[in-house]
Amino acid sequence: MTTTNHSLKIEHLSVSIADQRILKDINLTIPGRKITCIIGPSGCGKSTFLKSLNRMHDENPDARVSGRILLNNNDIYDRDMDVTGIRKTMGLLAQHPCPLPMSVFDNVAYGPRIHGTARKKDIAGVVEHHLKLAGLWDEVMNKLHTPASKLSLGQQQRLCLARGLATGPEYILGDEATSSLDPISTKKIEELFIRLKEEYTIILVTHILRQARRLADYVVFMYLGEIIEAGPADSFFTDPQRQLTKDYIAGSFS
Amino acid sequence: MRIMTIPGIFLLAAAGLVLFIKAFPVLKDNGLWKLLSSGSWKPSAGEFGFLPFIVSTLWVSAIAILIALPLSILSSIYLSSYASETIRRIFRPVIDLLSGIPPVIYGVWGTLTIVPFIAGNIAPALGSGSSGYSILAGGIVLAVMIIPLLTGLLAEIFRSIPSGMTEASLSLGATRWQTVKRVMLRRAFPGIAAVTVMALSRALGETMAVLMVCGNRIGIPKSAIDAGYPLPALIANNYGEMLSVPGYESALMFAALVLFAIVFFFSGISRIILNRLEKRFQY
Repeated sequence: MTTTNHSLKIEHLSVSIADQRILKDINLTIPGRKITCIIGPSGCGKSTFLKSLNRMHDENPDARVSGRILLNNNDIYDRDMDVTGIRKTMGLLAQHPCPLPMSVFDNVAYGPRIHGTARKKDIAGVVEHHLKLAGLWDEVMNKLHTPASKLSLGQQQRLCLARGLATGPEYILGDEATSSLDPISTKKIEELFIRLKEEYTIILVTHILRQARRLADYVVFMYLGEIIEAGPADSFFTDPQRQLTKDYIAGSFS
Repeated sequence: MRIMTIPGIFLLAAAGLVLFIKAFPVLKDNGLWKLLSSGSWKPSAGEFGFLPFIVSTLWVSAIAILIALPLSILSSIYLSSYASETIRRIFRPVIDLLSGIPPVIYGVWGTLTIVPFIAGNIAPALGSGSSGYSILAGGIVLAVMIIPLLTGLLAEIFRSIPSGMTEASLSLGATRWQTVKRVMLRRAFPGIAAVTVMALSRALGETMAVLMVCGNRIGIPKSAIDAGYPLPALIANNYGEMLSVPGYESALMFAALVLFAIVFFFSGISRIILNRLEKRFQY
């Protein structure tokens, strides 16, 4: 694993989809090797923000993105930037676990195979390593070649995490990654995030305040496509500056 | 709901039974094996060898599928995952329209374009002569006919793949083509197989377009540019005069029964293969 500093800066980011402005002039610096939680009511643009970090808006012909996202001082929206490289760096964990139509093993091997990052004889080791990293190895070591869709939802989500990690990202983007899971699976994933932040910069979108309190080192509160307040978790939760933030934390709206 | 399938099964059994009863005289006189394996067709002498017709039918259908399937897969992939919404909006009705054109028009088009092209270009390039009316012409015209059908159905299958699945692949840094190859084709495989069998059944039974371009010469075709005489063309061409020769009616009914059996056989085989595939690909 590299020890370079993770530097991610968002400058004047605006996104509109089908002429509707979803994100308005977002400016933010994401602290490296920490967990940043993005909170806010549904429809505030959290997921749209996350999608702009790995350029998934490229797949939507109705989406327009302006502004800059500087990854180690290179704008990822620069014409010369290689999208597949960015997506490799930004591992996305989607809201619903979505295993690829292949075996458990092949799911984890998918990234290394398409990127050619592991030699054929090393693949098995890579798969094992990342399944262990995602805390799934013990549960699936005897069914590596069964279809991934046979696993439980919680296992599937950890499989997706292992699959993402095997691609070799520096960032993990979680889009309400635990919202379709049971409490025990949720706890497992949360523990993983805490363990993984030593090596990865983790950005989590969540609408569960308690989850943000449990995990976040840094909190960003969004409302109607704008950042209302952002700061270190301690001060954010104990001493919010804006009235809107106070109301949200107090649970006056959600 | 299960009771609703009874009329369907009944119809199928009734059709098979009627054909069998009608074909029975010729079966009794010649025996099944001789009918299927003999190449001699002399109705006035009471000789009915169906091999040339069976071979022609299989050739034409195989050529049609070989041409149509790859093209349809590629175009449906383009339509479902590369084309812009505008292009899609233009092409969807075009494809529907193409699958609705009467076969006789494809037949006319075939005789005007494909047949001369084979006679003038393909046969000389292969170093042999051909009138152009051939198995190949039949296969090409059939392929053109089933491409819209296949493309429409396949595009539907590709569209039914959950977007989360393709997005998962893309977000891992896979290119669109890698996603198509490794995820979409894999996921769609049982569907592709099912649709192919459907198209094959359609090709086996197609009469008019094939009748117009195949040459209808009795004899086992030796190459694709030889003339052939598929089963449906045999039935359609001779239906009017079948009563003038003894045993002819029964022979044509047997031809229909063979066609029925071939389609039935392929559907049955495909059902078995599909069940296996679905077990293997149940992701």
